[in-house]
Amino acid sequence: MLSQILYALPFLAEGFAVTLWVSLLVVVLSLIAGVLLGVGLVYGPAPLRWAVRIFSDTIRGIPILVLMFFVYYGLPAVGVHLQSFWAAVLALTLFKTAQVVEYLRGAVASIPKGQSEAAMAIGLTFRQRLTSVIFPQAFRRFLPPWINGVTDAVKGSALVSLLGITDLMQAINQIIGRTYEAMPLYILGALIYFAVNYALSYASRRLERRFAFIRD
Amino acid sequence: MGYTLNFNLIWRHFDKLWGGLLLSLELAVISIAIGIVIGLVLAVWYVSAGRVVRAIIAAYVEFIRNVPLILLVYLVFYGLPTVVDLAYSAPTSFVLTLSVYSGAYLVEVFRSGLEAVPRGQLDAGKAIGLTPWQRLIHVRLPTMLRITLPALSNTFISLFKDTSIASVISVPELTYGAQWINFNTFRIVEVYLVTTAMYLVTGYTLLFALRLVERRFRAAR
Repeated sequence: MLSQILYALPFLAEGFAVTLWVSLLVVVLSLIAGVLLGVGLVYGPAPLRWAVRIFSDTIRGIPILVLMFFVYYGLPAVGVHLQSFWAAVLALTLFKTAQVVEYLRGAVASIPKGQSEAAMAIGLTFRQRLTSVIFPQAFRRFLPPWINGVTDAVKGSALVSLLGITDLMQAINQIIGRTYEAMPLYILGALIYFAVNYALSYASRRLERRFAFIRD
Repeated sequence: MGYTLNFNLIWRHFDKLWGGLLLSLELAVISIAIGIVIGLVLAVWYVSAGRVVRAIIAAYVEFIRNVPLILLVYLVFYGLPTVVDLAYSAPTSFVLTLSVYSGAYLVEVFRSGLEAVPRGQLDAGKAIGLTPWQRLIHVRLPTMLRITLPALSNTFISLFKDTSIASVISVPELTYGAQWINFNTFRIVEVYLVTTAMYLVTGYTLLFALRLVERRFRAAR
């Protein structure tokens, strides 16, 4: 059993690298898209607000798996051809973006209106109000849920195995297909995911404490 | 775009989706019910237990919450029967997995709710001579439920959506039905549009109903 696990390790390492790469892409891309759309949701003109609201509520209302199949099988049907890797990243990013939009909206909504009014009163432009007054304060409200969401991205990345991408999950299944050692390998896989996510949530708790010094 | 929508084949196989949705709901309801029992028992135990029991419960919660559900589903369906002498169907296997999974999330919800019950209420219960058991049933749990209702609703909806993972072990729930139609008719866009609508309508109906419950109990305060 041990020899089989040792034999499997290099293969698992490759899959693990894919898992990390997918997670990183999803986290970074969704952060950018989510913050942009979130600002649109809070400050944009009505049609943009509605569009973002519908996007977010729809995406968050369906299982990631359905969204992933929709993107993966649906895009070629309408003439858009993406490699399965990028289709999977796109689907996971869409899902995470909707969450980031909500974190941002919640964080900005938690800042008292007086802050924005005061900034306006001293003559700051819209952009200055955002970058110098609202965002620095909203940041520490945004951080905790967002960091918690990073572990969700790592867990969600396991679904890309269903599109034939050899991430950690798929690597485990392939090794089991060869060795028939299901239980040890699933437990090993679970421990790897656990180690990564536990480390992430530990780091997040420290980071939260680091930014918790300003309290109102 | 070059793609013409044609829903005829979807309606012809609609029973796959409708039956799938009913099974999704069934899986969710049974798993959540078992999860609530696990969550309540462990949360009540946790807040009054010693260090060892706390560590064990925390280990269970942290482990489950940090591992992808799909891996747990595989582990229980393909892995577990190789080491224990048990045979179970795919739906049973999934319910088992989702129960243990939801239990871990619900322990957290209930535990933070229990810790948020104001100290004064328990003291008041003690002052009017309630036994520890009576304080738990008549003071602690009802107050905790009111505090946790919003978090509970969100967890329930999220668990309902998680039933889609059952499709990976061929449980014929809604996502599986969608894939079946996808592979057999190639009306890809249509089937996922209809499936999306079905998840949305069901999910938001549930959420709306749970919000009504929340409001009803908030008013009673």
